[in-house]
Amino acid sequence: MSDLELPPYARALGIEVSGHEDGVPVLTVGFGSSVEGRPRHYHGGAVAGLLENAGYSALRARLQEEGRNAQLKPVNITVQYLSAGKSKPSFAVGQITRLGRRNANIAVEAWQEDRDKPIATAIMNILMA
Amino acid sequence: MTKPPPVFDPAEASESFFRHGHTGWLGMKYSAHGDDWVELELPWREDLLGDPERGVLASGPIISLMDMASGMSIWQVKQQFALIATLDLRVDYQRPTRERSSVWGRVECYRTTKSASFVRGIAHDGNLEDPVAHVAGVFMTIGKYRNPADVPESVQAGSAAGTGDE
Repeated sequence: MSDLELPPYARALGIEVSGHEDGVPVLTVGFGSSVEGRPRHYHGGAVAGLLENAGYSALRARLQEEGRNAQLKPVNITVQYLSAGKSKPSFAVGQITRLGRRNANIAVEAWQEDRDKPIATAIMNILMA
Repeated sequence: MTKPPPVFDPAEASESFFRHGHTGWLGMKYSAHGDDWVELELPWREDLLGDPERGVLASGPIISLMDMASGMSIWQVKQQFALIATLDLRVDYQRPTRERSSVWGRVECYRTTKSASFVRGIAHDGNLEDPVAHVAGVFMTIGKYRNPADVPESVQAGSAAGTGDE
């Protein structure tokens, strides 16, 4: 997915594509000062940033697959924090629940060392103009 | 290790909160506060853009701004720093920010119980009447721990909202 460029904010925070899950880009961010909230833990906002970017990446990958080109506009995001993000790499991948002509509903999961133990989830609605 | 000030002061706390970590990296600044609200500023910066062609801030940093202003509004109401974790945060984006504009996050803590705090607020780019986003969230107080260094690794709930270290 090297051709699906991450936005400046994602790159500045240190978010990268670490691989794919069923053709969907998995994003990762390493632990460091730029994501730290309370000592040795991720800031909630940094986790949200990772989730949100994973949601956009999933949608962009799908749109590209379908040969569609759209400007994406966020409608909303709801983040659920499940457990504290520790000082190790975090990963996130989005799953498109529904893709319409004008809007997409996406569920995103973030985890650390155990793929089956999410540290946070998000639901996003994105408009396509 | 300094003890938290007896009465939480958002302006004073900002001095240490925004020196390092995620909020420091974002360049957050104290803006204003009232009895039950705190407003922070996120200055525009080129590497915080979501869409380079449009020159508007990404939504990620806005979530961070609202998360931090939420935490500080809770401490403002409680009149003291307490370790809290974000349980749930919802952001409804109303419109893109103006190009090259700072964004301000103003959050009110409208209710606290022994273990939960409820917040709502807006992000705006200069006009409170024309918000960029609306926000609602719930935070949990992590019990008795006043100092982040005292929190055992076993405390798992939520994600650390504030920096609140020292």
